[in-house]
Amino acid sequence: MADEKVVEGAENGACQTPVVSANKANDWLIFLLRLFAFFATVSATVVMAINKQTLTVVVATIGRTPIQASVTAKFQHTPAFIFFVIANGLASIHNLLMLIVELIGHKFDFKGLRYLLIPILDMLNVALVSGGTSAAVFIGELARNGNSHAKWNKICDKFSTYCKHGGGAMIASSIGLVLMIIVNVISITKLRIQKCQNYSRLP
Amino acid sequence: MTLAKRVPIFLLRLLALGASVTAAVVMVSARDSAQVLNVTFEANYTNSPTFKYFVIINAVAGGYTLIVLFCPSKVSLFRFLLVSDLIVTLLLDSSVSANIAIGQVGKHGNSHAGWLPICNQVPKFCNHVAGALIANFVASLAYLVILLYSLHIVLNLPKP
Repeated sequence: MADEKVVEGAENGACQTPVVSANKANDWLIFLLRLFAFFATVSATVVMAINKQTLTVVVATIGRTPIQASVTAKFQHTPAFIFFVIANGLASIHNLLMLIVELIGHKFDFKGLRYLLIPILDMLNVALVSGGTSAAVFIGELARNGNSHAKWNKICDKFSTYCKHGGGAMIASSIGLVLMIIVNVISITKLRIQKCQNYSRLP
Repeated sequence: MTLAKRVPIFLLRLLALGASVTAAVVMVSARDSAQVLNVTFEANYTNSPTFKYFVIINAVAGGYTLIVLFCPSKVSLFRFLLVSDLIVTLLLDSSVSANIAIGQVGKHGNSHAGWLPICNQVPKFCNHVAGALIANFVASLAYLVILLYSLHIVLNLPKP
């Protein structure tokens, strides 16, 4: 087959290495999608990590002087948001590494193991990001609507900037998740069940 | 595909089916009521959209696994099955993660937001939810192993 690229190391008649269809357009598509996914996860991490809002509340009044206390909302207060930041940070490091590998990694070849490792690592990171995003989304929904059955009050009406920034980070993370899923699916469909290449035919 | 390769996946899918159906059933049957100052306060899975999401996802995963169990494994369908397995794994993973987050708030509260823990008032409900979470976790682990094993089969690496 003219459009199949066999990785170095395949020997006569032995199915030793995986075969990947070498399609330049596919490679550039994966590279672009991964670049956008990298930007999305990095922005989700950064926006949630610097998310902070402080309110000063008048607690009591003594004579004519009001006593104020400041209440802060930070991402460290909720374990779900901590997991969100960590998951998106790890995923953006993974995306960066994969981008670098695609750019300069063609010289090093670990006997075709690379074509196995990339989808596996991609899957693990997709699972991580999906966990982080969904936890943050549901905690954010709880913060926005409260829960009357459990007597949990909503906090988004007071900390509106915090909620808006958090919502933006969640949207960025969801976009990154969808892009990473697409990249993963393309990498999986590029793999093929090995057909033995017979090199013993001499002209 | 040889029988030796199909049997582990079949067993894992059976495990995942049992785990996700158990999770959905246990969550639906979680119920407790508490009396606070003459007001009866019922805890149910419909109280929180996260728990409803949990039941829906586990029902979908169980139904999908049931359909796939009785599907003849042709080689051409295999890669499509891999992609749909990936999506179901993601859904299970997201449901366990969101519910652990809500469960953590229910058990320990969140002092910064002024949310008090409720597990002291409705302990039976909390235990049922914890059991359902464990079952969901087992289902998502089983699906992850199915996914990795299918990827290994697709690449058809030789045995060392």
